[in-house]
Amino acid sequence: MAKAKNNTLKLNFDTKWGYSPAPESKSIAKIEAKYDLFINGKFEKPLSKKYFDTINPATEEKLSEVADANAADVDKAVKAARIAYNNVWGKMPAKERAKYIYRIARMIQERAREFAVIESLDGGKPIRESRDIDVPVAANHFFYYAGWADKLQYAFPNRNPKPLGVAGQIIPWNFPLLMAAWKIAPALATGNTVVLKPAETTPLTALKLAEIIQESELPAGVVNIITGAGATGAAIVNHSDINKIAFTGSTDVGKIIQRAVAGTNKKITLELGGKAANIIFDDAPIDQAVEGIINGIYFNQGHVCCAGSRLFVQESVFDEVIRKLKDRLETLIVGDPLDKNTDIGAINSKQQMETIHKYLKIGEKEGAEMYQSNCPLPKKGYFIRPTLFTNVAQSSRIVQEEIFGPVLTVQTFRTDDEVIEKANNTPFGLSAGVWTDKGSKIFNLTTKMRAGVVWANTYNKFDPTSPFGGYKESGFGREGGLHGLSAYLNVH
Amino acid sequence: MATKTISKKATTVFSSNGHSNGITNKRVEVLKTYKIYIGGQFPRTESGRYYVAKNKAGQALANACLSSRKDFRDAVNAARSAFGGWSTRAAFNRSQILYRIAEMLEGRKIQFIDELIKQDATPTQAEAEVNTAIDRLIYYAGWCDKYQQLFGTVNPVASSHFNFSVPEPTGVVAIIAPQNNSLIGLVSVIAPVIAGGNTCVVLASETKPLCAITFAEVIHSSDVPSGVINILTGKPTELIKYFADHMDVNATVYCERDETNKKLIQEKAAQNVKRILLYDNIDWNSSEAESPYFISDTQEIKTTWHPIENIGGAKAGY
Repeated sequence: MAKAKNNTLKLNFDTKWGYSPAPESKSIAKIEAKYDLFINGKFEKPLSKKYFDTINPATEEKLSEVADANAADVDKAVKAARIAYNNVWGKMPAKERAKYIYRIARMIQERAREFAVIESLDGGKPIRESRDIDVPVAANHFFYYAGWADKLQYAFPNRNPKPLGVAGQIIPWNFPLLMAAWKIAPALATGNTVVLKPAETTPLTALKLAEIIQESELPAGVVNIITGAGATGAAIVNHSDINKIAFTGSTDVGKIIQRAVAGTNKKITLELGGKAANIIFDDAPIDQAVEGIINGIYFNQGHVCCAGSRLFVQESVFDEVIRKLKDRLETLIVGDPLDKNTDIGAINSKQQMETIHKYLKIGEKEGAEMYQSNCPLPKKGYFIRPTLFTNVAQSSRIVQEEIFGPVLTVQTFRTDDEVIEKANNTPFGLSAGVWTDKGSKIFNLTTKMRAGVVWANTYNKFDPTSPFGGYKESGFGREGGLHGLSAYLNVH
Repeated sequence: MATKTISKKATTVFSSNGHSNGITNKRVEVLKTYKIYIGGQFPRTESGRYYVAKNKAGQALANACLSSRKDFRDAVNAARSAFGGWSTRAAFNRSQILYRIAEMLEGRKIQFIDELIKQDATPTQAEAEVNTAIDRLIYYAGWCDKYQQLFGTVNPVASSHFNFSVPEPTGVVAIIAPQNNSLIGLVSVIAPVIAGGNTCVVLASETKPLCAITFAEVIHSSDVPSGVINILTGKPTELIKYFADHMDVNATVYCERDETNKKLIQEKAAQNVKRILLYDNIDWNSSEAESPYFISDTQEIKTTWHPIENIGGAKAGY
């Protein structure tokens, strides 16, 4: 049936499709030379007296230095959050609470451009993505949850939901501002106070958010933002006066956290790794599906827990899909994150680049065929060409393990049952994608995928009203929508 | 068999023409062998071990299987095999099956009351416990095809997509049933788990195991597919760690206040990011022990996105 379609058209790149550079101006980004810890409404020098650098992964240049919070700093932040919970935030009428959260949403919108530039500078993601996705969705998240603050009793019929107290929140480096919003907005709306730690490679937008929080006149101590690496995170997880731990990050660290809170009364939600199947049937609109595959895996350099990293192509359209995929790969522009034409920006850190390179070697060693686009890479900075592997096995490490980079593995299948079996054969269960023109087949597949988010004929879409979170080893608890509220409430 | 030590409520029936040669024609009661329930069958533990269930006075009531780690593994295999079928049954069908369990339990009320009395309940307590257990099954039978509408949502996303979230069962649930009662705790923790389409492996009360195995017989005659509910008897101290760290178990339920065990379960659970549910402060005989929130505890929320074609400019004006 694939033969009947017009699949003979091929993109022609003989004539160079040049784009003039269209860089976003850096001047709008006001970055201080040094950032302290945001505790109790003020920027405070760390008790540790230590700072570390945060760099631009696209140029390897230092952007700023930020405080390295130690256990004493964490304790100070938790105390501030506890006092704010007991004295102010826990007592404030929900309607008033809501208005502060609305304020934060509005202020992010007002300074959206600055946030977008800093996000791309500090994390390496293309400005188009930080401008069109990260920052607006972050603002929308605050706006959405603000409205819940005085309506919580409607979300849990026959229950009287109560806040938990102080929430310790640890977020990753792939969506720094957006993850901060996903964590802080529902915690505040439900009446909790917060100690949040951004990732050590991407602290700047969270600290910018701290500035906004200060401007919004949110009562001191309700949100505390402290920077640091793993040891700081551990001090948050192990602090005895925290009631809730929310973590987004790798499955390995998630398991360490789950173990660490064992035997305490801390409530916990984990949003961990993934290895999503993206499934293409022969009746799918192939060109549209190829766009979906590209967006599924190369969005944000593949630093996405829900990335569609395992492609399953129905055998009859394999040749066509692979050819079109390779054609499309050639058109992707890898380079300066601040250039509006850039499709794939910088890998977030040197360490992550090494991890990805390690997996590329593993893939080749396992006998898979590697294909990379021929685009030029900038001389400096951390960049990796978009990559795909064919001839992989279900048991290949590059198929089983989360790579967290622009690396796609491609497998084939013949029947629905076969692909359902293969797609679910993973310890992860965060997301999946299905491409077919047949509605009933979509519903068969989407109901049988053991994953928390399933995209049919689309991929990597996010919205504050839409719950996000995993099955199995991809974690538990949901963020977003009505379901995101229960993570921060005592409902039973 | 330690038959001699087993006390029985002797229902003695003398023959009308009794002989005088020292042999009384008293009818010898048939004792019940309490076995375990795995994959729709009643095997003995593979370990060949047993323990004696006693009442408070120390009288032996029965020999119960002292289940092993391998029994647990077999039960998890059975539960996993049953999961696909059970979770995709029509919710209405699951509802009827739970109702059927209640019907069967009602019909065998006397037997459960008898066992509860043997296990130190007063007749009034025993009858109340069985009644509550039956009613609780009916309660959850009713929820089978309703909680989805309570916990599911259609989400008004800001893009041109139809987006909705539905609850789906988490998978295989390992349950250490409440230890201080024989029937109501067991029923209260099983019912919401299977109402939600999960399958389970349950460790009965160690000291009061009789009703659990008799309840397995009720399940067995109620059209519950093999493997959906598996019931073991044995020692929590020995089996808890396996209930918490088995890699093919998705969630573990624990109902005691023992802090050491809670910690152990939570630590072991991290191995495959299990969901842990601690029901350590619930009066199982009261109405607080039943709610749709117990069902949602072993549900995952799945969100599905569909694009909405938005090519023409037509609006639905009427």
